[in-house]
Amino acid sequence: MAERILLKGNEALGEAAILAGCRFFAGYPITPQNEIPAYMARRMPRVGGVFIQAESELAAINMVYGAAGAGARAMTSSSSPGISLKQEGISYLAGAELPSVVVNIVRGGPGLGGIQPAQSDYFQATRGGGHGDYRTPVFAPNSVQEMVDLTMEAFEVADAYRNPVLVLGDGILGQMMEPVALPPAREAPLPPKPWATTGAKGPGRRIINSLYLDPVVLEQRNLWLAEKYARMRGLARAETVGMEDAEICLVAYGATSRIVKGAMQMARREGIRAGLIRPVTLWPYPTVSIREAAGRVEAFLVVELSLGQMVEDVRLAVDGKAPVHFYGRTGGMVPSPREVLEKLREVAAGMGKRRVVAAGAGA
Amino acid sequence: MTHEVIMAGHGGQGVLYMGTLLARAGMLEGKEVSWLPSYGAEQRGGTANCAVVIGDEAVVSPVVYEATGAVVMNGPSLEKFAPHVRPGGVLVVNTSLAPERVERGDLRVVALPANRLAEETGDGRSANMVALGAFAAATGIVRMDNLLEALRQATPARRRHLLAGNERALRRGEEWMGKD
Amino acid sequence: MRQIFAGTDGLTQSTTIYCPGCTHGITHRLVGEVLEELGVTGRTVGVASVGCSVLAYEYFNCDMQEAAHGRAPAVATGIRRVLPEAVVFTYQGDGDLASIGMGETIHAAARGERITVIFINNANYGMTGGQLAPTTLLGQVTTTTPGGRSAATAGYPIRVCELLATLDGPAYVARTSTHNVAELHRTKKAIRAAFQAQLEGAGFSMVEILSTCPTNWGMDPVRAMEFVAKEMTATYPLGEFVNWRRGN
Ligand SMILES: Cc1ncc(C[n+]2csc(CCOP(=O)(O)OP(=O)(O)O)c2C)c(N)n1
Ligand code: SF4
Repeated sequence: MAERILLKGNEALGEAAILAGCRFFAGYPITPQNEIPAYMARRMPRVGGVFIQAESELAAINMVYGAAGAGARAMTSSSSPGISLKQEGISYLAGAELPSVVVNIVRGGPGLGGIQPAQSDYFQATRGGGHGDYRTPVFAPNSVQEMVDLTMEAFEVADAYRNPVLVLGDGILGQMMEPVALPPAREAPLPPKPWATTGAKGPGRRIINSLYLDPVVLEQRNLWLAEKYARMRGLARAETVGMEDAEICLVAYGATSRIVKGAMQMARREGIRAGLIRPVTLWPYPTVSIREAAGRVEAFLVVELSLGQMVEDVRLAVDGKAPVHFYGRTGGMVPSPREVLEKLREVAAGMGKRRVVAAGAGA
Repeated sequence: MTHEVIMAGHGGQGVLYMGTLLARAGMLEGKEVSWLPSYGAEQRGGTANCAVVIGDEAVVSPVVYEATGAVVMNGPSLEKFAPHVRPGGVLVVNTSLAPERVERGDLRVVALPANRLAEETGDGRSANMVALGAFAAATGIVRMDNLLEALRQATPARRRHLLAGNERALRRGEEWMGKD
Repeated sequence: MRQIFAGTDGLTQSTTIYCPGCTHGITHRLVGEVLEELGVTGRTVGVASVGCSVLAYEYFNCDMQEAAHGRAPAVATGIRRVLPEAVVFTYQGDGDLASIGMGETIHAAARGERITVIFINNANYGMTGGQLAPTTLLGQVTTTTPGGRSAATAGYPIRVCELLATLDGPAYVARTSTHNVAELHRTKKAIRAAFQAQLEGAGFSMVEILSTCPTNWGMDPVRAMEFVAKEMTATYPLGEFVNWRRGN
């Protein structure tokens, strides 16, 4: 295994992009992701890549559009308010089928909000914050190592499907340091991109575009994209911990999943049999893992740094087969494992009562 | 055992750096580690703090709520973080900038005039290193040779001239504990 | 007892969060004094922008709105058109005004929008930790120009006053500085003239104020003042670029 080095999440992510062959980065300062552009400003010139501090997030995402359309592996990063500005660009990238990676190190909103960690951009990330019928795969790392691994994977997925891919982190993951093993740089040549506009004339010339004025054609175009999105469903992935004998299934992603894991361990010491499903992809959602658990556990407890966004996907997957409880803190507040444990105890107590009621009814 | 440590002070005291050295030394001991800083507006003129977790198994939560040990470099940090140390935990207080009296009787308090000791070793700015040396000695989380190695690794070429002074300061903290 | 110092009614009693040696604070004071002296605090609506001065809504003693990053002139336009009698101003940094908000800036000026823009040029992004701003000097080191700003990759500094002076909408455009007491007096005069232009219905007005950011420049306050006096004024000459009274 490669030697492990201590790296900050944001910088590790920047390095991962470079290892994956990204040679174009455009960004704009915003806390808590400032280390990414700063890192790219230092590193890109040394690997013959491009770093641009754009005049705005709008410009940055459109620089990525141009670079991706010209065949480069391109990335931009920002945090919540800046990601809102990028939505138009993401919609265009999806419409023109341009592979690219967009990183959101989420902070509290709405509006200017705050700068502390949050997960309140889940709807925006998974439902498509821009206009039109489009989808973007969303990776949700929960460690600095995964900031590296999933970012590298994001570039591969982007090229494989010709689609923008989101990496959704948060202030904790961006700012924290952990030991990481950096994988070797991608050595294989980048996938061929015959569609890229690299300069041509005549019948072989290429056009990057998302305009289809004829509704018949635009519908066809959307159906073609929908087929692609259906193929992407196979990307769905989750990590499960302690689900073998679990009575309560915790569901959490990103940094929150680690706090929740702490609570899960505490609960087990008290005899509450809790397990954890951690979605690694938020779109496509690991519906199957959740659905499968729904047949076995007594209850779900979803924990998020929001007032309840992913919980809707859990409810859709559970489909009424078990009660789905929710615990969330928002605005940059991060719950302690003890807080989550309290909620777990409540859920466990409720289950006990229901069992008694059920037994009574049977008698 | 998992050590969950809080280090706090005001911006410019080098508390974040102190935390990275502790994490790095933990890695040198073959442990799993994480380091999480306070960030953003808090840094400007205000307080700075970081959480360091060191243990044998993969770090579960990098956020520390109930610390097994803490280093507080000034008065406001003492007030803010003393309540977050578990009973029996080690609390290193920089008495050069914080009151010597600590409200809680259930902690192992190390009263350490870090700024004065740093000045005695030749550089008042290395108070953070004095405190780190004392904290490591008081808790045994990491060995001094690993702290020194971490310091060497973390010191870039342009800061080489500060290395010897920082090493002295780390050792000064350790010595102080020996006397205690 | 002789009173030698008093607060201004143009500012609230809040303590600002600015770093030692930062000139945001003194500039607030000058704007506050002008509002008080003109007797307009009671009918003023200010617009705070996104930057170190984001909390300006806590500091100016008048109605305030907080705008999205770069959009203050658009927000001010909305206020102006609904309240023809109000005094409307924005307070913006160079990233806010000349980078992400350049479109809003130019169009508010081109419309001759009757608002006053207080523009703090400190040659970098203060709040986010010292990145390149459009106003960063060539060769200046920032976190996103670690080798110093190079024209080849990061372009040239933008002179906003000169740019706006090419338009017909502005009534008053001036650049002043904060590096000594004489310059502060000149800055206050310019701020007064800018509000006067608005009160007389002459059009858009802006004062660009060369300011310090000792924290991110990595300088002590005195050295930062010198940097403004020597380096910044070399790229950004002080003076009036448009003055409706003089017909230019
Ligand atoms: C849409 C959006 N992008 C980025 C940011 C992050 N941000 C906050 S302040 C700032 C720049 C501030 O610089 P400047 O306008 O020069 O003001 P100063 O802090 O120097 O006074 C940026 C980029 C944001 N809040 N919103
Ligand atoms: S960072 Fe710079 S602009 Fe912001 S308050 Fe500090 S000195 Fe002033």
